[in-house]
Amino acid sequence: MSTSQVSGFNTQVSAPGPFGGPAGPTVRAVHDQFHGDLLEVSMGPQHPSTHGVFRMVVTLDGEQIVKLKPVFGYLHRNHEKIAENTSYLGSMPYTDRLDYLCSMSTNWAYALAVEKLDGQPVPDRAQYLRIIMAELTRLLNHSCLVGFLFNDLGTSFTPLLYAFREREKILDLFESLSGSRMMCNYQRFGGCRVDPSPEWLEAARRLAENYPRFLDEYEAMLTGNEIMLARTQGIGRLNSTHAINAGLTGPVLRASGVDYDVRKIDGYGVYPRFDFRVPLGAHGDTYDRYMMRILEMRESVKILSQAFRDLPAGPIMDPKAKLRGFRPKAGEAYGRIESPKGELGFYLISDGSPNPYRYRVRPPSLINLTLLEEMCLGHTVADAVVILGSIDIVLGEVDR
Amino acid sequence: MLGSGIIKGLAVTAKNFVGSYYDPARMTTVEYPEQPTVLPENYRNFPFLVSENATDPMGTLRCVACQICEKECPPQCIIIEKSKDKKPDANGKMQLYPAVFGIDTSVCMSCQICVEVCPFDAIKMDKVFEIAATDRFLDLYLNREQLAKPNTYYHQIHPEEAAEVDGRLTADRKAAEEKAKATAAAKAAAPVAAPKPADSAVAPKPASPAVKPQDEPRRLVSPKPGEGGSPLGEGGPAKSS
Repeated sequence: MSTSQVSGFNTQVSAPGPFGGPAGPTVRAVHDQFHGDLLEVSMGPQHPSTHGVFRMVVTLDGEQIVKLKPVFGYLHRNHEKIAENTSYLGSMPYTDRLDYLCSMSTNWAYALAVEKLDGQPVPDRAQYLRIIMAELTRLLNHSCLVGFLFNDLGTSFTPLLYAFREREKILDLFESLSGSRMMCNYQRFGGCRVDPSPEWLEAARRLAENYPRFLDEYEAMLTGNEIMLARTQGIGRLNSTHAINAGLTGPVLRASGVDYDVRKIDGYGVYPRFDFRVPLGAHGDTYDRYMMRILEMRESVKILSQAFRDLPAGPIMDPKAKLRGFRPKAGEAYGRIESPKGELGFYLISDGSPNPYRYRVRPPSLINLTLLEEMCLGHTVADAVVILGSIDIVLGEVDR
Repeated sequence: MLGSGIIKGLAVTAKNFVGSYYDPARMTTVEYPEQPTVLPENYRNFPFLVSENATDPMGTLRCVACQICEKECPPQCIIIEKSKDKKPDANGKMQLYPAVFGIDTSVCMSCQICVEVCPFDAIKMDKVFEIAATDRFLDLYLNREQLAKPNTYYHQIHPEEAAEVDGRLTADRKAAEEKAKATAAAKAAAPVAAPKPADSAVAPKPASPAVKPQDEPRRLVSPKPGEGGSPLGEGGPAKSS
């Protein structure tokens, strides 16, 4: 059995193997030539650096990775099938549990798909609130990610705690608005559930205003750190062709220099009214992926300040929106947003009944994970952990 | 210079360390059991049933066992059995009541959908979160008696929301009373005026004075005609608190 069949992904591995030739056949060649033992190590599913119950079967030659097989499904909860058996509204709290760090964004993607299906309008204030929530979510997801990335690099907990300190402030806002820190369940078809008070908006505005100070401090602490540069620059390179072919999205794709942001391309919600830039990387290595997050957070702060400035008064719910007994007309719709991890899409087919006929999630984490082997070949196990951290996966979304 | 980045980083760490003693922005931890934090008003944990009267919680439950929440609950953690007999509710109207009402809190995911779909404001979210139990099944299954909490308690934990709900309910009650009075007057007047075929159209009305839909937009949307039992009219959007 050839290695290409075993790995399941990347049938033709183009990155050079440890001794020059293509990686696949080299496994055999190295073994034959030096009689060195290849060691197969199973990292995970219970492993602190895999960000959840994710397993990597790595074949090692010394300390270099010659083959890597991602194994997932340990957190499979049958989300799509359950959604086909509950009402449209009933799936909304389950979407919180997909990407449990960014429930506000996930809610929005699902609401967007249903609204598209039913042709439901959304009031302006709700659109702005959704953007505020989505960008706050981006801030908290990316701060979480850079914190965990440094944890993976071995800086035990200081950067993570600083990042969590800031994240906690956003979660407090979410809690006082929606009732729950992480499982917000905030968006509804045709609007949002709760109208924030002026005090809440003021607190959120102040938080967004102060966020660059945290980012400056964070960058002063870590971006110039020599150990960090040595560990991330040139590690886990991914060229744009591969990234596009595998369907990667989000900061991982943009780090490879591909200008693709659903906020700009689709212009969903009222994003076209906002003035922001999409940061792009040049090398596609771990360092670029890290910088991408920092730069995106700075852009999010810009979007937030515009949203707080322009937030219109008015209703937050379309008056014709139905909460219970909701039956969209028969048809299909694909709603997609730029979630902090990439393009998150919900594909729905309705046959006019209260339950969706087909419900499918396009999870960015899963699709970004498919090129993990590509990025890790030739690097050490310690680097593989960092590369995995830089892809930004949440297993709730990978396995669904 | 090699190493300057590390030294800069250490300076930031030192700043944070010193700051954690006097700067409120850097003092974020709370010693939990000794220093309880104030929960935000919107905080939600598990549902409870609102009863009008603390002395007779079972007799004054707002719930009329319509089973809408049971049907809508995404993880299906609510169990309701309708009563055989009827009891007068706060409006004086004869209603069913839940003979069995149970919530399995080990299954409940605190999504608040039961609260949003309830047309009677009978189920609300509680704030109690220190609910450790020794039995995994029986202790986490809350029955009717454990779930019933008086309206005064609801006012305590969600003051703004409860005031809004109470205002709406009193308005409903007033409207129902006026309606009853009007129909009673019509009934008294009817036999004198026209004891002709028109009478049969008027006569059934007094039997159910409160069933008429209220004009005021409600939190909820009524079910489809075929879907059964809610007495509510065409509703408005979900109201925010």
